[in-house]
Amino acid sequence: MSEFGGAFRFILHDGAVAGYPNLPSLVHLALETLKVGAIGVGISLVLAAPLGIWLGHIHRGSFFAINIGNVGRALPSLAVLAIGDAFLGLGLAVVELALVVLAFAPIVTNAYLGVVEVDPELVDAARGMGMSELEILRRVELPLAVPLVFAGIRTAALFVISTATIASLAGFSGTLGDVIANETSYHFAGVLGAAICVAALALAVEGALALVQRAITPRGVRIERAERGAIADAVIAGA
Amino acid sequence: MLTALPLDAAGPVIPNFSAHSSSCAVQNHLFCVDWVKSNWGPVLWPALRQHVLLTLVAVAIGFAISMSLALLAHRHRWAERPTLLFTTFLYTIPSLALFELLVAPIGQNVFAAEIALVSYTLLILFRNILTGLRSVPAEVMEAAEGMGMTPRQALLRVELPLALPAIVAGLRIAVVTIIALATIVYTIYNRGLGVPIHSALGEGPFKTELIAAGGMAILLALFADGLLVATQRLLTPWTRARGT
Repeated sequence: MSEFGGAFRFILHDGAVAGYPNLPSLVHLALETLKVGAIGVGISLVLAAPLGIWLGHIHRGSFFAINIGNVGRALPSLAVLAIGDAFLGLGLAVVELALVVLAFAPIVTNAYLGVVEVDPELVDAARGMGMSELEILRRVELPLAVPLVFAGIRTAALFVISTATIASLAGFSGTLGDVIANETSYHFAGVLGAAICVAALALAVEGALALVQRAITPRGVRIERAERGAIADAVIAGA
Repeated sequence: MLTALPLDAAGPVIPNFSAHSSSCAVQNHLFCVDWVKSNWGPVLWPALRQHVLLTLVAVAIGFAISMSLALLAHRHRWAERPTLLFTTFLYTIPSLALFELLVAPIGQNVFAAEIALVSYTLLILFRNILTGLRSVPAEVMEAAEGMGMTPRQALLRVELPLALPAIVAGLRIAVVTIIALATIVYTIYNRGLGVPIHSALGEGPFKTELIAAGGMAILLALFADGLLVATQRLLTPWTRARGT
């Protein structure tokens, strides 16, 4: 496994390759990957979470909320990049479009399921206590929906990090994918090293989001459900 | 049927090849049907066929593994957690990274491609099959036992049919996910719709090729999803009667 030895040396040297003095550092590429991914998840979150939460609150649009998830999955990111390239030309905008499309589905589906599955008796009780609709949403439904809403965000973040690297296949540079797509300069050890970095980055983001989720989940809700994996809750949604 | 224009008519904008030098392609209109027609046989159709094959093999192997694991976990609860942990771990590895990681020990071949694709089906299928099996009401199982069914008969005639909606739901997600992932198989193994998408992206903005190659991947995923929904409806007529 001399390949793996070379890959770890590549990582330890922060992406330096003999004979190519001007290559960007791995840390820089990782931060860029994070930035590209964060923009995509951020835009998706702003669009999808309120939509899913609102649909869940009014108990409408289950067909839309669940099937948009399936349609979103059905759009291969590389294909979205290709078609985006035809209309807009390749650049950050098209990459973010592909990432937003990708992240939209899990976020909207899980936000919807999280809110819609809140025990209707609890909502009735809250209403009976004289809470307004907004208070019901803010103080009853949202706290109970945190595990599922977050499961969607974590899934989306994972997908987005790995897809941000795929953007380099389409000629968008600046992410860790540059190394993976450029075996000529980086040799196989570099490609492997970058692949390991991407995997580590995705798992780190997933772990960080799990910590955030833990911090903002109300203690009473931290039952077995919160322990389930990130993707786990989203998986059955196609039923 | 395609009349080749003299090369000088191609102009400097598109680095063009005889294959797409119809006037539509030369002027880079949004979508040139004649280009698609002339490239369907040599490029697009083989890529589509390879893509379908890559997907079918991956989902079939993934389904066999997941079904075995789910049956094991259904009978012996201890098997659930380690299986979930392992399959979740596989699922979280970024696809481009996993393809490259597998090339080191296996090489740039169909095995590396299929192992990567299969590993992404496991979590989805295992979870859904197990959830489906677990959702069978206890009374139904008692009734089956009371009728004198052996555990094997109960599994085949009661549990699996009742678990079918959840299983097909898992298959839908798995198939669509694998169709999307198979577009990047080309990075390690020169097969599938990723090949024309890649050459389209590399050839400058030739819109027809970009839209045709990308559109085929999207249409294939939507078509496969629709096909599975239709299959499920045929196989589980009782779910329609219940109005769900």
